[in-house]
Amino acid sequence: MLRDITIGQYYPVESVIHRLDPRTKFLGTIMFVVSLFLFKSFWGFLLAGAFLVTVTTLAHIPPKYILKGLRPMLFLLLFMMIFTLLMTPGEVIGEWWIFTVTKEGIFAALFMGLRLAFLVFGSSLMTYTTTPNKLTSGMESCFGFLKIFKVPVHELAMMVSIALRFIPILLEETNKIMKAQQARGADFESGGPVKRAKAMVPILIPLFVSSFRRAGELAEAMEARCYHGGDGRTKMKPLKYHLRDLIAYLALIGLIVGCIFIP
Amino acid sequence: MVNFDKVTFEYIRRDEEGNVESINKALNEIDLDVKKGDFIAILGANGSGKSTLARHINALLTPTEGTVFIEEMDTKEEDNLLKIRQKTGMVFQNPDNQIIAGIVEEDVGFGPENIGVPTKEIWERVAFALEKVGMTAYREKSPNNLSGGQKQRVAIAGILAMKPECIVLDEPTAMLDPKGRREVIETITELNKKEGITIILITHYMTEVVGADKVYVMSEGNVKLSGTPREIFKEVELLKEYKLDVPQVTEIAYRLRKEGIPLPECILTVDEFMQCVRR
Repeated sequence: MLRDITIGQYYPVESVIHRLDPRTKFLGTIMFVVSLFLFKSFWGFLLAGAFLVTVTTLAHIPPKYILKGLRPMLFLLLFMMIFTLLMTPGEVIGEWWIFTVTKEGIFAALFMGLRLAFLVFGSSLMTYTTTPNKLTSGMESCFGFLKIFKVPVHELAMMVSIALRFIPILLEETNKIMKAQQARGADFESGGPVKRAKAMVPILIPLFVSSFRRAGELAEAMEARCYHGGDGRTKMKPLKYHLRDLIAYLALIGLIVGCIFIP
Repeated sequence: MVNFDKVTFEYIRRDEEGNVESINKALNEIDLDVKKGDFIAILGANGSGKSTLARHINALLTPTEGTVFIEEMDTKEEDNLLKIRQKTGMVFQNPDNQIIAGIVEEDVGFGPENIGVPTKEIWERVAFALEKVGMTAYREKSPNNLSGGQKQRVAIAGILAMKPECIVLDEPTAMLDPKGRREVIETITELNKKEGITIILITHYMTEVVGADKVYVMSEGNVKLSGTPREIFKEVELLKEYKLDVPQVTEIAYRLRKEGIPLPECILTVDEFMQCVRR
């Protein structure tokens, strides 16, 4: 079950989207997310959906793979949709005990669900098509101006990229710990939510301890390889804008304009 | 190349008020002299101080007493730090915890990036390093999909890309399967022979040190024995005292000799053993 979490993992294939500058993809994701909140009608979703389909096709990523990554979000999504459904006042369609379902509620919930799903889909497209290292340098240069305010931009970017690199390793470790605990009779599957949450404690503690140990070893290895922060560091893959980035930006601006003016 | 002058290192444990609770002498007046191009092996059981010694060569630790010189540079001097770490690369035990990037080639480029190598040269160095460890085919793959031995070779390439003169390997094979172990040992032997890189291999697998020029045996923070592998493996009894095992063939030959079968002292490989037995 834990293996299925694919969110935030690089999908190594060759494509135009993969070759885009990480800054384009990062700013583009922000622009896409903004555009999602600019429209109020069904047509907007069609436009945004068409955009996502185009990008996914261009990126040569099987849509199934991305959808699988969305699965862990499903619970949150349903939860929020149900809340919106029941909390929106308006023209009443049905009533049951203390719950009332309104026409506005149905639409609001549907839109909200779609928006969130699109949002996660769009941002995972970024991480699927950009290696953590590129993403780091992209974010680093996008937020570079914050250095004036003494924000440790490089260090933060490095932390993010390391976190991404260690997700699969820690997942594997979690699986191992779970199996080890199960072998000694631990039960993670039965009982109510409270009992199940409590059963997670013997997994989390060893995981925490080992993460700290890993962090220590990694820091040592980085130091041994002359890492000393962002100063005086050169880049193996320096960022350079190409024509395709211009085209991407134009497409994104087109999307935003489209979202504003759509009926 | 690497010079230890009466190096002592103490792990000091303090209680909450900062008073000294206990002192653990991990290294005790160690003298060591490694020449350029040597293949040195340091053997020792757990807690013998061998990893502490390794960390001194890379200036990750500095001696409590005595001095470590890397090509005349004192490891205690802050200004020498980057130069020393570039000259003496270090490979650690756990392959997962020393790979920083999510793509093989980016990880190999991490070291050169840190020491400010121009972009074009980084690419040349990465290509060279991956070629040397035989991992060119995997340059765009994720390290997570590699075997332990392959990951360790990537780690070696990451060091190699910094153009070191010496590579220190701290139990690089401890977490690998036999195949991965062989890959790693073959790779470092070749680097030593063909590129003239000084190798300092720290291990507790005796079979891995057979190819070394000189072997040091450590126990309780002291160098107890030193010499060529042949000289070391003669001391079967002593090695056992230091909680080390000699290679299987050597052990068999030793026991047969003790039973009065005329075999030469210290046999290191199966082939050697077969030849002697046939005679």
